[in-house]
Amino acid sequence: MRWRPLGFPIALRLERRLEEEGWLKAAVPLGSLALALVLASLIFAAQGLNPLAVYGITFSRIFGTSTGLAFLLLKAIPLLLCAVGLALAFRAQVWNIGAEGQLLLGSVAAAGLALFVMPNAPPYVIIPAMFVAGFLAGAGWALLPAVLKAKLNVNEVITTLMMNYIAYKLVEYLIYGPWRGKATWGFPFTDLIPESAVLPVIPGTDVHYPTLILALASAVAMFVLMEKTGLGYEVKVYGGNPDLARAAGIRPGKLIIICMLLSGGLAGLAGVGELAGVHKRLKYPWAISAGYGFTAIIVAWLARLNPITNVLTALFMGALLAAGSMMRASFNIPYASVNIFNGLILTCLVAGEVLLRYRIRLVAAGAGAEQGGGSA
Amino acid sequence: MEHRFYISPRTSVVSDVAVGRPPAQEPLVKMEGITKRFPGVVANDNVDFELLPGEVHALLGENGAGKTTLMNILYGLYRPDEGRILLRGREVRIRSPRDAIKLGIGMVHQHFRLVPTLTVAENIALALEEAGFLFPARKVEARIAEVAEQYGLKVDPGARVWQLSAGEKQRVEILKLLVRDARVLILDEPTAVLTPRERDDLFKTLRKFAYEGRGIIFITHKLDEVFKVADRVTVLRKGRVVASGLPVEAVSPAELARLMVGRELKPRAEKRFGAPGGVVLEVRGLCALSDRGMMAVKDVSFEVREGEIFGIAGVAGNGQRELVEAIVGLRKPVKGRVLIGGRDVTGKPPAELAKLGVAYIPEDRARYGVVPDLSVAENLILKVYRRPPFKRGPFLNTQFIKEWSEKLVAEYGITTPGVDAPAGSLSGGNVQRLVLARELSMRPKLVVASHPTHGLDVAATEYIRFLLLEQREKGMGILLVSEDLDEILELSDRIAVMHEGRLVSVLDAAEADAGELGLMMSRGAA
Repeated sequence: MRWRPLGFPIALRLERRLEEEGWLKAAVPLGSLALALVLASLIFAAQGLNPLAVYGITFSRIFGTSTGLAFLLLKAIPLLLCAVGLALAFRAQVWNIGAEGQLLLGSVAAAGLALFVMPNAPPYVIIPAMFVAGFLAGAGWALLPAVLKAKLNVNEVITTLMMNYIAYKLVEYLIYGPWRGKATWGFPFTDLIPESAVLPVIPGTDVHYPTLILALASAVAMFVLMEKTGLGYEVKVYGGNPDLARAAGIRPGKLIIICMLLSGGLAGLAGVGELAGVHKRLKYPWAISAGYGFTAIIVAWLARLNPITNVLTALFMGALLAAGSMMRASFNIPYASVNIFNGLILTCLVAGEVLLRYRIRLVAAGAGAEQGGGSA
Repeated sequence: MEHRFYISPRTSVVSDVAVGRPPAQEPLVKMEGITKRFPGVVANDNVDFELLPGEVHALLGENGAGKTTLMNILYGLYRPDEGRILLRGREVRIRSPRDAIKLGIGMVHQHFRLVPTLTVAENIALALEEAGFLFPARKVEARIAEVAEQYGLKVDPGARVWQLSAGEKQRVEILKLLVRDARVLILDEPTAVLTPRERDDLFKTLRKFAYEGRGIIFITHKLDEVFKVADRVTVLRKGRVVASGLPVEAVSPAELARLMVGRELKPRAEKRFGAPGGVVLEVRGLCALSDRGMMAVKDVSFEVREGEIFGIAGVAGNGQRELVEAIVGLRKPVKGRVLIGGRDVTGKPPAELAKLGVAYIPEDRARYGVVPDLSVAENLILKVYRRPPFKRGPFLNTQFIKEWSEKLVAEYGITTPGVDAPAGSLSGGNVQRLVLARELSMRPKLVVASHPTHGLDVAATEYIRFLLLEQREKGMGILLVSEDLDEILELSDRIAVMHEGRLVSVLDAAEADAGELGLMMSRGAA
């Protein structure tokens, strides 16, 4: 690959690295992050702000205050739950892009259960029941694409993606229609779920800890599943060499369905947490999820599909989202600039991955080897 | 014959085509003190290598001896940790294949680097920067035709690469080097994919190149090829040079073999014509289609008994692959039946066949061999992980798996830094040992071995043949499919020849004759 701006005497050349270099694995992400911060500082400077002050204050508010940390955790919880499931699916080369819809279905199930099915149940019944129902609903939403993929080899990228839109419309139908609440001042919301169904929080914060514990437990459980069990082994064999897996008698259909259902179910758990821990009622789909199901795809990949590393990347992404909100609130930075900030960081991180596999050389345009273009 | 000594005081001319070579002033390529370390291995240890203009220089060594690494360094794919490279006496640093190409060095890799959906001309245009952006293929077509004509490398420039045979693809790769006028040509085990006829043509072409003063480096582990085509030979063993630039007429095959392997080869395994037992595999009137939907297997019937090796000889592409895949459950037959131990398994999935004790040593090791990202241990357990003690409940018994894998690695002589190393890091011979260890450790009743020694070095080949004979002693039935007639004759108890999808005839090995079999392979009739 070669790229040379018109008339510029230096060309960039990408060359494949045959050998992976260990120190790069740490240096590249850190370097990418630093580069992104430098680039973003231009945006802040253009708005008359001192970038160092913005970074310093934002950093200290997120990591130095309990509200900052709580905000970070709150964002990390649904990201982690979704990403852990996606890590499994992606390892099997099953491309579930539908975590967003599966999350929403978890919220729907939790709301329905708490509002209509067992409104008078005590917390120790309703809370576990909501998580079970949410898992089943998320898994159920993934079932159709899973079966289509397993039995008819229908492309799951398309089907899971389209199922997201159906989930959106389903939620909208419910809040505008049959589930619309009585005490909502005309907003298309359901009523608040009963107090008994609201998830407990860490005192002094909004962090609904049952979901946090579930998320961390799911990461550990997924690691065990992937590294220590026969099922995880089959997933890795199938993902690494489908032809060989088939020849060795591994049944792809079964694996595809299991991976899809587990990742859907975990996204459903995230939906329960958002509903019963954060919003406490069903409302606009974009308000319930804020794109967690999509952001989780990046979280999963940044962790190289390792469920334990996912904890770190989910926290990192949580910090990033928290930083955006802080900046908006503290410096009155416009929404768009915050999005640019987040976008720059992710772009640099993802683009930096290239450096792990390729090295970049600057060469004088037209020149060949260092000794010139002499023919042997 | 004075001119011989122009080439090098150490060299004399072997091939008749080489007579009249232009005098050479200095080495085309000189590699000095090349050392290359990979985690856990020294792939090249202080290696010196010299290539003269106008010679075919064989680089001989077993799999994993460091031949390909050395040439990848010359071609700019790896950088040496120590040592230097001189081209015509001038030191160069080659940091990428692009640098190498600019310096006139070209390489044909073992696995072709062609774009299957593009035409021959388009693939060659890709190699030429001057071909330009618009309709690049048109500009090079004339040049291709000219070069192809000059060297007798027949290939249709308009054909799509996926339609070509392996031999034709190789010709395209060689054309790529020629249109760039490479002066140093590196060929990495070029004969592995060729039929005997194609191989002879290739050798003629290589001699022509040498006659023009190009230097050819010919990587191989086959002794007979060294004597057929090379002027000189450098032997590598475990990363070191054990013989440097020997003129081939100054050594004997036995000497070369000893240099390469580091010991005398064992005498060939004793073949026993014992009484085979019951029928393990029965194939009746089997018909199967190829990937392109042509009838590739036509009404094939035979049986394999316990304690016998049934060999199927034939030129590749005569339906052997489809036949084997239909037997092991990877391809649905359109007609006929397959019975394992008397049970009808026609069209059953591979899982069920594996349960009945069918082991499969695949032809396509890249596709069916290993999962490259997984560890050696994880690859070894593929056929047994479902049963205790490998699995207890849903959990894998990692401690037991590790110990068991280490035992297999030692038993089958798999060279690896450890059982946790990714299988993708193993050399070809070691991948095949891993596959055999995996397949045989399931204690099969029937082994279906498809070209089991294809592309392997002498020691690995010897070992794998020994393993197959050992399995036969244990009473297993073995179906051996091979293009290598010597292998078929050496191992088989009964031999069939496959030609154009049919089994031509079935002979007892005792009455089979190489010449006769060769005729049947090419003509299809006795």
